[in-house]
Amino acid sequence: METTINLQVLRYIPEKDPDPFYQEYEVPLREEWVILDALNYIKDQIDGTLSYRWSCRMGVCGSCGMMVNEKPILTCETFLEKYMPGPIRIAPLNYFGVIRDLVVETDGFMEKVKRVKPWIIRDKEKAPLEGEYLQTPEELSEYKQYSMCINCMLCYSACPVVGLEPQFIGPAAIALAQRYNYDNRDEGQNQRNDVLLTDDGIFECTLVGECSEVCPKKVDPAGAIQRYKVQGATEWWTSVLLPFGKK
Amino acid sequence: MARYGPNVHDVLIVGGGGAGLRAAIAVAETNPNLSIAVISKVYPMRSHTVSAEGGAAAVIKPDDSLDDHAYDTISGGDWLCDQDAVEAFVKEAPEAMIRLEHWGCPWSREENGSIAVRPFGGMKNKRTWFAADKTGFHMLHSMFQTTLKYDPILRYDEYFVTSLLVDEGRCQGVVALELATGKIEPIAAKSVILCTGGCGKVFPFTTNANIKTGDGMALAYRAGVPLKDMEFVQYHPTGLPFTGILITEAARAEGGRLLNKDGYRYLQDYDLGIPEDKPVLRSMELGPRDRLSQAFENEKEKGRTLDGPYGAYVHLDIRHLGQEVIDEKIPFVRELCRKYENIDPVHEMIPVRPVVHYIMGGIHTDINGATSLDGLFAAGETACVSINGANRLGSNSLTELLVFGARAGSAAAEYASSQSSFGTRLDALATDEKKRIEKTFFNSNGNRSERVADLRKKMHNAMEQGAGIYRTEASLKTSGETLSVLRERFKKISLEDKSYTFNTEFVSAMELSYMFDVAEAIIESALKRTESRGSHQRMDFPERDDQNFLTHSLAYKTGQEIARIEYLPVTITRWPPGERKYGQ
Repeated sequence: METTINLQVLRYIPEKDPDPFYQEYEVPLREEWVILDALNYIKDQIDGTLSYRWSCRMGVCGSCGMMVNEKPILTCETFLEKYMPGPIRIAPLNYFGVIRDLVVETDGFMEKVKRVKPWIIRDKEKAPLEGEYLQTPEELSEYKQYSMCINCMLCYSACPVVGLEPQFIGPAAIALAQRYNYDNRDEGQNQRNDVLLTDDGIFECTLVGECSEVCPKKVDPAGAIQRYKVQGATEWWTSVLLPFGKK
Repeated sequence: MARYGPNVHDVLIVGGGGAGLRAAIAVAETNPNLSIAVISKVYPMRSHTVSAEGGAAAVIKPDDSLDDHAYDTISGGDWLCDQDAVEAFVKEAPEAMIRLEHWGCPWSREENGSIAVRPFGGMKNKRTWFAADKTGFHMLHSMFQTTLKYDPILRYDEYFVTSLLVDEGRCQGVVALELATGKIEPIAAKSVILCTGGCGKVFPFTTNANIKTGDGMALAYRAGVPLKDMEFVQYHPTGLPFTGILITEAARAEGGRLLNKDGYRYLQDYDLGIPEDKPVLRSMELGPRDRLSQAFENEKEKGRTLDGPYGAYVHLDIRHLGQEVIDEKIPFVRELCRKYENIDPVHEMIPVRPVVHYIMGGIHTDINGATSLDGLFAAGETACVSINGANRLGSNSLTELLVFGARAGSAAAEYASSQSSFGTRLDALATDEKKRIEKTFFNSNGNRSERVADLRKKMHNAMEQGAGIYRTEASLKTSGETLSVLRERFKKISLEDKSYTFNTEFVSAMELSYMFDVAEAIIESALKRTESRGSHQRMDFPERDDQNFLTHSLAYKTGQEIARIEYLPVTITRWPPGERKYGQ
């Protein structure tokens, strides 16, 4: 007989369930299966009503983040065998509203991403015919790490500050701001400071560092925030002491 | 910026991947007063462009030329490309790529800070721009983040389009279901651009993401627009067994070697050149994808592949490149191998097999993305312009998104500006569609028992068995018959899930119905093309037949279940059909 493993999956359909509850499923334990394969098995073979997001199945689209045994992970790159002998508890990402089952509200996160102005800002833009902006490999490496974020939102689910202060702009958005701040083609840091040096910005962070622990792409948002704080504090003092100077 | 009120726009773009976002920016730049909406079944940064790895081709170095890029593309496509489209493509490619650089794409660089390029399969010069081996990811995120600065670009995230709104002979929007609420509503627009990507999920073993179900192709097809060259399905030669995860061609461009079970570089037996220590352009492992995938099938026939739990495979060996090159140029390859195969390619060989990767065919468009239906445009993998002919060259598709996304965006903006009013029947059409969806999927009762997953699995088997790398009349006919049976059974589809809140079973059922249309077009087009060209290999007609088939297939949906196939001559400008030569 095939070995199985027990999955306890948080279920919630707002039209019919007064409260979320854990539903149990027995799925085959196959060495090549990731958590997402088990969820797909449930969906196709056991219970067509289970809802969750997924797409690329190779850890780059950022859709399939969930809490697995209390930890935020990408379910497409975490193997079932890691959780032997089970059970495995699967819940929607922490600190986001739940739309249904394992599907969370994403619009708030998207709004935070937009607020940091994640695009190249320049006083004067070069015409395409003038060719590329030069950027040496060293200049690229200044921000490359921060550009690897896949917007999976695991860092928000790991961040205790997000849990307490939902308006905190959060690790991924700050790392994204830094991705542009450290890009030598960009001149928009002052505009981003207007967002990041406010009450909901970087100073909310208490440097727990969980965001970097759970990041599947080693973006190190905690490092990005720390770098911003050091530099942001200097700029804040400068603006207080020299209010008429260049902000 | 709802100029007309909610759910009414000038230009509506279906799909938020590379082509869709590039089109949106083009509309905004063409006319900043237009209201633009991007509607997608996923948040834009989840789109499948994100998975593209190796790079994007555009001539930028002094030792390269537009004619070389055009010739590589046309010969790679086995002379089925429209050469006027290819000429426009190679000419506009460099500027399109530089614009993306200006938008922040973190391209890999030379020491002096200029753009770096790498070799790629079927290309005779180095011209593939890359961002390590996450090129699609960086292109998509750069473009998505750039769209955020354009106020006129609105988004409908996680809306599923169920049909096009066509009134007075013009496409004037879509009917869509909002996933979060189940609300079904019309979204009107003076022009619509379909940028929904490919349809790899018609096959069981594919590099394509779960969302790649040919939605836009089916939407256009149902509205009477023909699908072009659907028989041309690209197998990428190097996918990981079981998952189908892509191991980028860049691994071979950097020097990776394909070895059979005897450790022999078998491509030398298939007219692809002689093995050298260093990679040689247009030779051996840098041959075109169709020829490499076909070589694998022949090795398998000869019993010279290895056997694993998921079928035959060969080895891709990159160990000799060393850890430093691997970590700098193809770090994602190492990451994927470690995570999904539990091997480290610095020390071990990578098991690979051909995997469905791309469809050269798609919605028939002209060089500006216009379809035969007024007001409807298409760009990207869902469209067929055609620059890819019978076999796309690696690194042309990402550039295609930019060039033809922009062209379609400008054309759709101009068309929208020329239209003054909407048809009178849009609301009535939307009400009918809402009733159809609710009756079929949410309120159905009676004798319904068919499950999405069962029918999908049977469709997968039929497509793999009948329409794979090598095809015959018999294999295609058998698959066509199976599809007919499955379509009949689909009429009795039953959803367990009747909730209107984020009902993914509903989405899967709609996607399956779209895939049936796409599969039908693939099978019928393949059956009628009695020759072998590029990725379409008929064992019963092994030769290319320019006399009869230097033509595009156009599949039209008919009232019956079988598509009607018509033909359109290929446009030849400066490169008369010749022999495809590699390894010389």
